[in-house]
Amino acid sequence: MSAVYALYPDGDSAQRAVNGLKAAGLGDDAITVIAGEPLEHHPFFETDKSTWMWYLASFGGLVGLSFATWLTRMTELAWPINTGNMPIVAWWPNLIIMFEMTMLFAILASVLTLLVTAGLPGRRGAIYDPQVMDGKILVGVANPGDAVAVERALTVAGATVIKN
Amino acid sequence: MSDAYTRQLNEDLLRPLLQTSWRFYLLVAFLGSIVAMGLGTWAWQMWNGFGVTGINNPIFWAFYITNFVFWIGISHAGTLISAILRLVNAGWRRPVTRCAEVITAFALMIGALFPIIHLGRPWLFFWLMPYPSSRQIWPNFRSPLVWDFFAITTYLTGSVLFLVLPMIPDFALVRDKTTGWRHRVYGALALGWTGTPKQWHRLESAMSIMAIAIIPVAVSVHTIVSFDFSMAPVPMWHSTMFGPYFVAGAIFSGIAGLIIAMAALRKFLHLEAYLHPLHFQNLGKLLLLMSLLWAYFVFAERLTIWYGNEPSEIAVMNVTQRGSFAPLYWTMVVCNFVLPFTILSIKKLRTITGCVIASFGVLIGMWLERFLIVVPSLGHKYLPYSWGVYRPRPVEIMITISTFAAMTLLYVLFSKLVPIISIWEMKAGQHPAHAASEAVAHDAVLGETRA
Repeated sequence: MSAVYALYPDGDSAQRAVNGLKAAGLGDDAITVIAGEPLEHHPFFETDKSTWMWYLASFGGLVGLSFATWLTRMTELAWPINTGNMPIVAWWPNLIIMFEMTMLFAILASVLTLLVTAGLPGRRGAIYDPQVMDGKILVGVANPGDAVAVERALTVAGATVIKN
Repeated sequence: MSDAYTRQLNEDLLRPLLQTSWRFYLLVAFLGSIVAMGLGTWAWQMWNGFGVTGINNPIFWAFYITNFVFWIGISHAGTLISAILRLVNAGWRRPVTRCAEVITAFALMIGALFPIIHLGRPWLFFWLMPYPSSRQIWPNFRSPLVWDFFAITTYLTGSVLFLVLPMIPDFALVRDKTTGWRHRVYGALALGWTGTPKQWHRLESAMSIMAIAIIPVAVSVHTIVSFDFSMAPVPMWHSTMFGPYFVAGAIFSGIAGLIIAMAALRKFLHLEAYLHPLHFQNLGKLLLLMSLLWAYFVFAERLTIWYGNEPSEIAVMNVTQRGSFAPLYWTMVVCNFVLPFTILSIKKLRTITGCVIASFGVLIGMWLERFLIVVPSLGHKYLPYSWGVYRPRPVEIMITISTFAAMTLLYVLFSKLVPIISIWEMKAGQHPAHAASEAVAHDAVLGETRA
């Protein structure tokens, strides 16, 4: 797998590189951007922002609530013990279990969604450079059709280093 | 953000991981030996039976349950405070969050250990889990002890995930900055993290959801711990205000624990450039607020009981305020209110040293508070013929001491293996958009430095 990428010292030059690549006919999917920290307020970092995580977390919570409702009710009916003159199916204390399970399943659902959608655990892609941890921003293209055009677009934006 | 700043940040915060002095080994050996003594004492207790403790009729809950409530309270330092600060986007939280979240994870583990120690036969712990026994009997969901199991499990799971997820980008950093076995180990822990926009967005979404979910869970945990007491018809326990009273006390002791941990990290890991006096000032103000809230709760509780004049409750109240527990009670009042109020309400005294002194006082005071909730009430129930006394035995004292050593040991080991300040969050905080919103905080730091 071939790749061409460049490292940029700041978000503005990385933005110019992304703009240049798009002008050269590349789509968002073809352009790889990597940074050592979240770079909000830069359009190139706004890709892939929409997520179903909130809905999936809510769904997880609903599953937890349903499971806890079933567990408490079923077990109380399976072995009915009279405790402190409370009803056999005692909803007040059951609400505590239901609340905890709702939250636990919501948390687990959001973590699971994170891992699946962010590709974790996984292998590092073809394009990566440890210098991103020193504050550099990587912009590159994997398997470029026209490597010369890509390199030109990256150079014009003010790349400090271009690597193949 | 300049490359020079990033390199300096990496260097400063990775130094504790990459350089080890003989003092570290000495400290680990010292703390480890205390923990080993504690484990040995516990084994001795299991071998000889629960009679080696001072627990006896009518006082069946004493040091161990005091420690349980105390450590669960300390756990409120981290995840709860971190989640609140994260949701309100407080810029000054960045160096604080991980220091705090670690406290939660370890304090919960230690706290959850005490009911198991208290079982006497800890190998039967699994009876608390929701599964049918051989006679098809399930745990009784109407028991507050089962509520504890569910609440602590949820909070521990959530807190560990809340701590671990933001560590992934920092593991990737350590992976890229190291060689050999470290590179391999941290590479595995980084789970293949690269830092694409998609990964950052998903991480931030997950952290937001978890911050929202973990706050009510944290409140529920200590409320449920308070239910262990308030559901029982025992004098001075059966109170509707125990839930919020316990939650406030937990946050109070948690902040004190956090201040002490941060001061130690600042001193021993040379993190003066990251943990500023401003952080201690802000936490000091929170501690002062919680001290006032704690005093309010104690006053409201005591006034109601005194006014009600119910003989069994007055007996407990008198024994704590004027009887054999009075020295402990008034030490608690001094430590939890007089000392922090005096130090933290005067700006000149609200220094790092002042905050640490107040925090040590609060930790002592809050441990005493838990003890004074548990023991005097059990020793003075409704009829005088059932009254009793409790004296802790060496077994209980040793196990208690060893848990403090265990907490310190776990914290020391963690700060040796993981960057104790979230490096990527510090970098993100230096981004121009964030830096502008945090300018006020920086100005305050500079102003203080000049002063």
